[in-house]
Amino acid sequence: MLATSAALLAMGIAVLYSAGQTDVPTAAGHLWERQLTFLGVGAVLAFLVSRMSLRLLEWLTPAAYVLGLVLLLLTLIVGTGAGTAAGARSWLAIGGTRIGQPSELVKLAVVLMLARHLAGRRGPPTTLWQLVPAGLIVGVAFVLVGLQPDLGSALVFISVLFAMLFWAGVSPWLLLFLASPLLSLLFAFSTLSWGIWIAVLTAVLFWQRPYVLEGLTVWLTNVGMGIMALTLWNRLAPYQQNRVLSFLNPEVDPRATGWHIIQSKVAIGSGGLLGKGFTQGTQKRLAFLPEQATDFIYSVVGEEFGFLGVFLSLLLFGLLLGTMVNIARRSRDPFSSLVIFGIVGVFFTHVVENIAMTVGMMPITGIPLPFFSYGGSFLLTCCIALGIVLRVAQDAGRAGYGD
Amino acid sequence: MNWFHPHLVARRAGVARLVIWAGLGLVLVAFFRAQVLSAGRYQLASEQNRLRAVPIPAPRGLIVDRNGEVLAENEPGYAVALIAATEDSLVALLTRIQPMLGLDPASFPDIRARYRRRPSEPVVVQHDVPFEAVSALEERRVLVPGLVIQTTPKRRYSFGSLAAHALGYVSEITEEELASGTVAGARPGTLVGRDGIERTYDDRLRGRDGVRFVEVDALGRTVRDQDVAPGLPPAPGATIRTSIDIALQRFVAETFPAGRRGAVVVLDPRTGELLTLFSAPAYDPNAFIGGIDPDVWQELRRSTEHPLINRTIQAAYPPASPWKLVVAAIALERGAVRLHDHMPSPCRGGLQYYSRYFRCWSVEGHGDVDLFDAIRFSCDVYFYQLGLRLGLETLLQEAGALGMHQAVGIDLPNERTSFFPPSTEYYNRRYGPRGWTPAVTLNLAIGQGENVQTPLNMAYFYALLASSTGRVPPPHLVDVPSGVPVRELRLTEALRADLRMALLAVVESGTAVASRVADLHIAGKTGTAQNPQGADHGWFVAFAPAEAPEVVVAAIVEFAEHGSSVAPMVTRIIARHLRGVEASDWGVPRLLVPDDSAPGSVPIIPGNPTGAGTRTR
Repeated sequence: MLATSAALLAMGIAVLYSAGQTDVPTAAGHLWERQLTFLGVGAVLAFLVSRMSLRLLEWLTPAAYVLGLVLLLLTLIVGTGAGTAAGARSWLAIGGTRIGQPSELVKLAVVLMLARHLAGRRGPPTTLWQLVPAGLIVGVAFVLVGLQPDLGSALVFISVLFAMLFWAGVSPWLLLFLASPLLSLLFAFSTLSWGIWIAVLTAVLFWQRPYVLEGLTVWLTNVGMGIMALTLWNRLAPYQQNRVLSFLNPEVDPRATGWHIIQSKVAIGSGGLLGKGFTQGTQKRLAFLPEQATDFIYSVVGEEFGFLGVFLSLLLFGLLLGTMVNIARRSRDPFSSLVIFGIVGVFFTHVVENIAMTVGMMPITGIPLPFFSYGGSFLLTCCIALGIVLRVAQDAGRAGYGD
Repeated sequence: MNWFHPHLVARRAGVARLVIWAGLGLVLVAFFRAQVLSAGRYQLASEQNRLRAVPIPAPRGLIVDRNGEVLAENEPGYAVALIAATEDSLVALLTRIQPMLGLDPASFPDIRARYRRRPSEPVVVQHDVPFEAVSALEERRVLVPGLVIQTTPKRRYSFGSLAAHALGYVSEITEEELASGTVAGARPGTLVGRDGIERTYDDRLRGRDGVRFVEVDALGRTVRDQDVAPGLPPAPGATIRTSIDIALQRFVAETFPAGRRGAVVVLDPRTGELLTLFSAPAYDPNAFIGGIDPDVWQELRRSTEHPLINRTIQAAYPPASPWKLVVAAIALERGAVRLHDHMPSPCRGGLQYYSRYFRCWSVEGHGDVDLFDAIRFSCDVYFYQLGLRLGLETLLQEAGALGMHQAVGIDLPNERTSFFPPSTEYYNRRYGPRGWTPAVTLNLAIGQGENVQTPLNMAYFYALLASSTGRVPPPHLVDVPSGVPVRELRLTEALRADLRMALLAVVESGTAVASRVADLHIAGKTGTAQNPQGADHGWFVAFAPAEAPEVVVAAIVEFAEHGSSVAPMVTRIIARHLRGVEASDWGVPRLLVPDDSAPGSVPIIPGNPTGAGTRTR
């Protein structure tokens, strides 16, 4: 696991260096040096965390969770919109110096808190009522981050919730019921799809026979969501609406909102099989590629290393995540296991969401790519997460289980 | 129940791995589609993003005279252009460079309009900027971000106004022409010929623009302009060799009475090549380069002198006495008369025809003359009777066959069609079937009446007379125009020689004896065109040597009634051409009024008799 992470980190720094090599003056010129500094700090943090007992971590969890929520609240009150999207207040700053984006660290705190809650149970939740505490743990953070608004990070919480509930052994049908309001929201784009969805849901409810009250709640929530969909849509910020619309059809407005997707796809596609060569990407060099050091850094990978580079980097990510799943499986301690799988969920969501976005498979949400995107808070978060995983891996090995 | 039993966890781990690899695999498929299957399309898009084609203007072809002297060439010109991100910054830049260039703020709205049409391209602020101003700007480049100095070949006419009417001028293509796509391969800034040879041979002169590529960034700024991608070199326009002899043209311009209006055509009757096409007053075509100053343009357009008009082909005058040769040629060809035939009535200063009296220009009369002497002394009475003998129908038909109511078809734009009534129908339509009498024939016989000819058309007729075959290709400056009928004078060589001898007698011992040049046999015909608007116009059409003519000159000087010297001027031109430069150094030409002033047209039309070229006296 260390080897794959090291390979990914090296590749990330190299690509970030390349992202700064442009023909047009750019702010990204020396980011890779700062990123190296962050990485040094992160390595130390990872080492310290890996020396820390999981029991100590479990004990610290509530405090970390509360601290995270307080930081999020602070961000909402005094946060600055120095981030990428206009109107988003995701940065915490003191005296004009930005110190970080708490939402990244909160992701880890939520994973820990949820793991603690689920591990403390005698068995997996079997009814919707039993899911309420878990939902609250994630929901509070989700709402606070969503209010910044940072839709991308907020969605990470949702996927973490489902990943960890699944790992805790919650029945798939229950997960479906939990997800159904969201799905209802998605299907509400057209009356026909929504009608079919409601019919299917009703059938499943009758077949699965949850408690009558629960079933009714699920059904009513779904109907309500379908009705509310339009109102919710109208309440989205215009830039969020544009992101969704231009995802569906980038050519609607190729100069403004569609620009990111089109130029990113051109960069990736023009890379071809073998790429244009390290630091040689013209889309990047000539500033056609937006946000080439952060959200769209993977387009640089695609442009300069081609399909081969994409294949290798995806393989590395897959190996890393696979190893982490293995560690989660071998761990005999539910808390440790759940934490690791939560981390897998965070990484997986970030990787798939970010990379799929660059190739136009998913709408643009400004979430960073682990080990690649420039950003201190997220890199430190990743390092701490890796430290935890290392510790758990050592524990599992020492316990003599596993393969 | 251990809900974290290894067996259960292993099952979940399997599902999780499946989801992870499926998710990454799906993403990989998307990348495969973009990078492998559609790579070509995206590579093209990337190149289109990166490369901007910059046209390399093709140098416009040269125009040279028959001896290779350059008449129109190109010299490096500088245009100042600006690249601005927004219209506001454009205005800011404009106000900054305005004092340096002496820009007219009135031109700003126009510049802004052009900027709005193509915001990513440099917008030209001023053409034809002097080198000093360019270097001054270049030194202050830091103050003017987005400054682009474009070098564009500039047209230069080495001889200024000397051959302006033949050469024409060029100007930049207009927005409308660009939009309509009438000019092949045009881009903003292409020079298009507007008049003269520049217009007729525009396609050949223009050449084909080349292209080079520069690398631009997302904002359209040029990042690299060397060795970016292989371009295409421009194909320069062809050199057009004209038949003009610029030295002769200069001699004509110097010999032509200063301050007068008029035209001189010098033509080689053996080939139809025009050696000189002179029209006064002239304009300087260099004034049109880089956009003409509106004031200058208005002055050129409004001037009562009409300098833009090429009087050799765009002005028509009553042909007067030189026309008598047309009548004589028709009569000889028809056998209506022989060279030494006399007319029934001798000339006693006029001819009574029914109720009207038609005067001869000579009050005392020429007596009983034959055709030879009638030409020599330009006797009107003889030609009145000759016209009547031919009959109106024959005169109209045969003159038409000689092309006297047509344009020559010269390779220049906007040639005016000479006018001669095509048939008697013309009179019926104009005056009613009973509104006119055959008396119009008398006026037509002496070159008055409803008859106006361009100097070139008259020169063409005299070329037919002068040529050894009676067939002359249409007069032209570069190529023999295709699809233009070749005119032919169906008269035997002997009869044409007779007429040449009669014309020789005009200069040797007739009406133009004062313009004789020793040892040179010049044949010609003087004429004075009655001008209803003022003083008469003086004609002289001549060729030499009379035995085997090599050159035809037709000249008209407007309002030459007093102080003009049409015939001596023409004989000097001929002498200069046939004898070379040394013969031309004669000092001031003698002034001479042509003395065969034709009598005014006798009003034969009841009511308003103002036909072309007629006047009541």
